[in-house]
Amino acid sequence: MKRAMKKFLAGAGAASMVFAGSVAQAAQPQPWEMTFQPAATAIMSQITWFERYTLWFIVPITLFVLFLLAWCILKYRASVNPTPSKTSHNTLIEVAWTLGPVLVLLAIAVPSFQLLTAQYSPPEEPKLTVKATGNQWNWDYEYQFAEPFSFNSAILADGDRAGLGKEDKAKYPRLLAVDNEMVVPVGVVVRVLVTGADVIHAYAMPAFGIKVDAVPGRINETWFKAEKEGLYYGQCSELCGKDHAFMPIAVRVVSEKQYETWLAAAKTDLPGANKALMAEVDGTNKVASAGN
Amino acid sequence: MAQAAAHDDHDHKPKGWVRWVYSTNHKDIGTLYLIFAIMAGIIGGFLSIMMRWELAEPGIQIFPGLASMVYGVNGDAALDAGKSMFNAFTTAHALIMIFFMVMPALIGGFANWMVPIMIGAPDMAFPRMNNVSFWLLPPAFILLLTSMFVPSAPGAYGVGGGWTIYPPMSTSGQPGPAMDLAILSIHIAGASSILGAINFITTIFNMRAPGMTLHKMPLFAWSVLVTAFLLLLSLPVLAGAITMLLTDRNFGTSFFVPENGGDPILFQHLFWFFGHPEVYILILPGFGIVSHIIATFSRKPVFGYLGMAYAMVAIGAVGFVVWAHHMYTTGISLNAQRYFVFATMVIAVPTGIKIFSWIATMWGGSISFRTPMLWAVGFIFLFTVGGVTGVQLANAGLDRSLQDTYYVVAHFHYVLSLGAVFAIFAGWYYWFPKMTGYMYSPFIARAHFWIMFVGVNLVFFPQHFLGLSGMPRRYIDYPDAFAGWNYVSSVGSYISGISVLIFLYGVFEAFRKKRVAGANPWGEGATTLEWQLPSPPPYHQWEQLPKVK
Repeated sequence: MKRAMKKFLAGAGAASMVFAGSVAQAAQPQPWEMTFQPAATAIMSQITWFERYTLWFIVPITLFVLFLLAWCILKYRASVNPTPSKTSHNTLIEVAWTLGPVLVLLAIAVPSFQLLTAQYSPPEEPKLTVKATGNQWNWDYEYQFAEPFSFNSAILADGDRAGLGKEDKAKYPRLLAVDNEMVVPVGVVVRVLVTGADVIHAYAMPAFGIKVDAVPGRINETWFKAEKEGLYYGQCSELCGKDHAFMPIAVRVVSEKQYETWLAAAKTDLPGANKALMAEVDGTNKVASAGN
Repeated sequence: MAQAAAHDDHDHKPKGWVRWVYSTNHKDIGTLYLIFAIMAGIIGGFLSIMMRWELAEPGIQIFPGLASMVYGVNGDAALDAGKSMFNAFTTAHALIMIFFMVMPALIGGFANWMVPIMIGAPDMAFPRMNNVSFWLLPPAFILLLTSMFVPSAPGAYGVGGGWTIYPPMSTSGQPGPAMDLAILSIHIAGASSILGAINFITTIFNMRAPGMTLHKMPLFAWSVLVTAFLLLLSLPVLAGAITMLLTDRNFGTSFFVPENGGDPILFQHLFWFFGHPEVYILILPGFGIVSHIIATFSRKPVFGYLGMAYAMVAIGAVGFVVWAHHMYTTGISLNAQRYFVFATMVIAVPTGIKIFSWIATMWGGSISFRTPMLWAVGFIFLFTVGGVTGVQLANAGLDRSLQDTYYVVAHFHYVLSLGAVFAIFAGWYYWFPKMTGYMYSPFIARAHFWIMFVGVNLVFFPQHFLGLSGMPRRYIDYPDAFAGWNYVSSVGSYISGISVLIFLYGVFEAFRKKRVAGANPWGEGATTLEWQLPSPPPYHQWEQLPKVK
């Protein structure tokens, strides 16, 4: 118990520190979080809205059932009600509890189908297409240009933290940080083609509201339009073997200009381009928080 | 009555091991199934507690040591073998709990024991086949346990593909013999269940006592009838799918090999065409048990009997056309997703009818809260919680964010671990006096209930939060942010483990104290035929068929 309490306090402390530190870092799970991660796309905002919307039905229904059970327990216990009624039919109430749920389901279905359709309706033609290939146990990202440009992205080894300038564990957390992030511009529809090289993996980014299986022999497609710059983390979401828990997905969303600069440099010198980008992004962040 | 039982005893009962191994008696076979289920449940529960122990803190703590102990590997090899071992544990936990605990307990155990008695039949229709269905299970179980100790992938032991055994992870991903053993194990367990299903369908259709029409048949028999049809229709599809896996692995076919024109997603369709009815197979008999208990202890007939029976038929039928809601992220088309969202939501309607009918059965009743009733009321509430999250997950748009996270783990454990298992314990405490003739200690049984209730809710409720926050399932290690709720969840699993020990002690205590239960310990609310027989019932019952008015 003492240990649990200590953990809780430590967790809460860490959470408040993270929140105080930088808003841009909220693109990863937080200690004791009880809801979705903050949305970074319109689709994820819609998913978050829909999830809360369903709660307005399911929580009252559950409480209603609990209330009815409690009522029976209090009012119809043998000591209070020694003679049971003989009622075992009531057509009206049976029709009511069949139609009632139908209405609730309709109320859920309408926004549900809107959400589902929206997920398959990007607002504009994608400006950038990246193919993500799941390997045991890392990802390949191939930027689809006339001359494709690709690199591998694997979990950040502790030994590489210093060399890559990623010592900050709040920003580059254990099991989430990678050596080379996928870099995309903000406010642009990015199409992601997803496939698997060996077994099935799944490309998932909670803050974007996307998750799609990486199936060998098949190319699945999804898209996202990130609204906020930042570093976003996801994890492989289909059991793929021994290191399933150790092939994170990291997407760095930057301004269009930063992206162009990074891309031009990355084609010849990926580590250098990443370092330059990090210096610039972290620099602007520092300026922003100083401004606050 | 006791004299009648004694008379039957020396008349027909074979002695010693012959009675059990050669048994064609539905009650003896039911007892064997229940003992088997308890043993399998202990092993499956042990696996889950080991996993929760590992997950209590971030980092990898337990499994490398366990791997080096069991497989005799060291250093980095132990770390790798440990990671694979965790996957093997998740896989074995699921397969054991589904095929070797819940199904044997509900169908082989309670249904074997009670369905013939309830419908006024002297035994099952095919007693020898009944024997075969049970005795296929131990070899199947041994094959599965053996698979945990033989190689799967290089440096790994045990099937690590999850109970869903998706290819290519289950074909090229794990070339070793572990997967073949597991496939054969499921084949045999499936054959056992198909034989059992044929037996139940024949028995229920042909051997009801005079006057017992289908519309007068007790709801537990109805639930078993529907379950048997689900088994009969779905298991052959699983058998076909895993046979294709087997030939892909060993005989050069390429049903699921994309390089040669196959499709891994085909397996998922076949698997879930079985897999979704399977989850109803696990819960429907529980619905039947709970209906009896609620009616018995409310001293009222079941409210809306026909609605209850046909709601189960509807759940079974619709259960066959919703399978791809397990596959929203596989790339199935938008229109297919729309259909499966719609069809899945439909199931909420008959399920709602059941929940409300149980409450209406209690309404106006004269309820005594004896042990079985506690479990049944607990079941109704926990199943409701699992049911409403199921309605959320039915929505493909929302499932996109929750698929393969702990939200799903929380959902299906609320309906199965807290639903089906609570129904099993409800049935156990309801029929234990009937089956053994002894009454357990109500105090121990209640302690078991309350401690388990707190334990399992602590395990699974926080997993909703982990899932929303994005924690994927089947992970041996997780980002530090998930540590808090994981710790709570693990503590809950230790508490649940303690409750199982209390359960076992309660069984031991009941057999030691030998409190005579009497033919009907539950009073006038217990109206089904089993309560008209002495406890335990004679070796052969209904030599004179009961007449049902």
